[in-house]
Amino acid sequence: MVKKTGKRSKKDYQGGSTKVNNGSQLKRVLENGEFAVTAECGPPKGADPEIVRKKGELLRGNVDAVNVTDNQTAIVRMSSLAACALLKQAGLEPVLQMVVRDRNRIALQSDVLGASALGIRNLLCLSGDHQVFGNQPDAIGVFDLDSMQFLQVVKGMRDKGVILGNDALQTSPDLFIGAAANPFADPKEFRVVRLAKKIKAGADFIQTQCIYNLDRFEAWLSMARDRGLTEKVFILGGVTPLKTAGMAKYMKTRVSGMDIPDEIIRRMEGVPKEKQREEGISICVETITRLKELKGVNGVHIMAIEWEEAVKEIAERAGLLPRPVFGEG
Amino acid sequence: MAFMITAEQKPVEEIREMIAPFKRILVLGCASCVAECAAGGQKETAMMASALRMAARMEDMDVLIEEMTIDRQCVEEFVIRLDDVIGSYDAVLSLGCGAGVQAVADMYQEIPVIPALNTEFLGETKGQGLWVENCLGCGDCMLYYFGGVCPLARCSKQVLNGPCGGSVDGRCEVDSEVPCAWQLIIDRLTGFNALDRLENIYPPKQWSKKQGKGPRKIIREDQQK
Repeated sequence: MVKKTGKRSKKDYQGGSTKVNNGSQLKRVLENGEFAVTAECGPPKGADPEIVRKKGELLRGNVDAVNVTDNQTAIVRMSSLAACALLKQAGLEPVLQMVVRDRNRIALQSDVLGASALGIRNLLCLSGDHQVFGNQPDAIGVFDLDSMQFLQVVKGMRDKGVILGNDALQTSPDLFIGAAANPFADPKEFRVVRLAKKIKAGADFIQTQCIYNLDRFEAWLSMARDRGLTEKVFILGGVTPLKTAGMAKYMKTRVSGMDIPDEIIRRMEGVPKEKQREEGISICVETITRLKELKGVNGVHIMAIEWEEAVKEIAERAGLLPRPVFGEG
Repeated sequence: MAFMITAEQKPVEEIREMIAPFKRILVLGCASCVAECAAGGQKETAMMASALRMAARMEDMDVLIEEMTIDRQCVEEFVIRLDDVIGSYDAVLSLGCGAGVQAVADMYQEIPVIPALNTEFLGETKGQGLWVENCLGCGDCMLYYFGGVCPLARCSKQVLNGPCGGSVDGRCEVDSEVPCAWQLIIDRLTGFNALDRLENIYPPKQWSKKQGKGPRKIIREDQQK
């Protein structure tokens, strides 16, 4: 059971410096040295709030926070901000994902303030999947800020109380700031440089691309450790349970920056179709077990795409339950 | 030509729909950029006029279609040459770029000027029949910082602090035919031993220099008489 949120102190809502407890449960879990668990919840292609609440219920008690995706794969869905507010009302801890694809700097900063006002305490700053992949291929890609600049702007809003251009805010947003990293993209040597830049820009935590190739992930992590980066940021390794061998092959060949070793594909193909989901979960649990042993990995981010039911079993089998509960400090 | 505006012809059906209400049409070519990219020069203008005449004849339509090409549709002193002939037509079909179409329209307020081309971009000629966009004309060149490769024109997400997570084997996730601009930038800067330039976080672009108050203008008093 997640702790029922009591009455918040006033300072929680006023944001400001990081010294003030910012009300993020995810931050408390990580700062207490617990191996954190987050999961992903994709908003529906429709206006029904019940779907969001149902997905939230599947995750309640099994994770520390729920990432809500922002029109992922550039397909129009219920807004991430609205879905986060619904989860928050239901007593869950949302991580608002925001992409720079659809909003210029005015809208981004405005939504950051709105998110904080709604009590959302975690924000993941992303580029977003390119619009050509989705169902609005004729849309303009805004990309007014890139994800790095967005991180820097949010950090400035929170820590200095200013927006881009240094105009002062009446009240700073109160947010635990996250960024993504893909250890499997090219150019390999530069991935860690970019991670360092994201930390410098403002990332408090990192959620990575799905990990299937652990050797390559460890090589990236060791470069990050060598640069002292794992001391400066919390890293949550991303995992996605495979549903079928077909999905594994599709992701390997069609999803850019996704590294799925042949051995994983053979494992999925090696079991009958009706057992493949189970095999996918087993692979996922084994990955988490290995991630838990790695110095510099502070948690796991489970992206069970349209399969939120799987999260509980994965968390249970990986020994991640029950989730810890911390007071508001 | 140091730089070039590129354009492509619109589908002939779209052009025929736009010119349908008119009986006396001047097909007007431009001998500059659009001639260079084989979209609206003298040769293409002749072919366009002849195709439209043939189509009109097939449908037994009584339409006068004549052609003419001037050196530059975007320069007033060349457009003025239409003064003597423009009265004979009730529409101009321009094979100039968007600037040319508007310059002609500006000069002859009473006559519709219809675009026959889709103006594309400020292009580099890569080879025979191949033009690529490497410059957005953003008004604030940053090529020095990026080793001579523009991330605004050449990165699909216009990332100034790249590469994003979609760069694989030097290719862009959006289209495997597209080289990743950030791989090119890193390769170039590595060659110059200047990779440390990328340790900086580049600030947000000043788009006011591209999209300011209305259309951009260059005023050079030293060039004015």
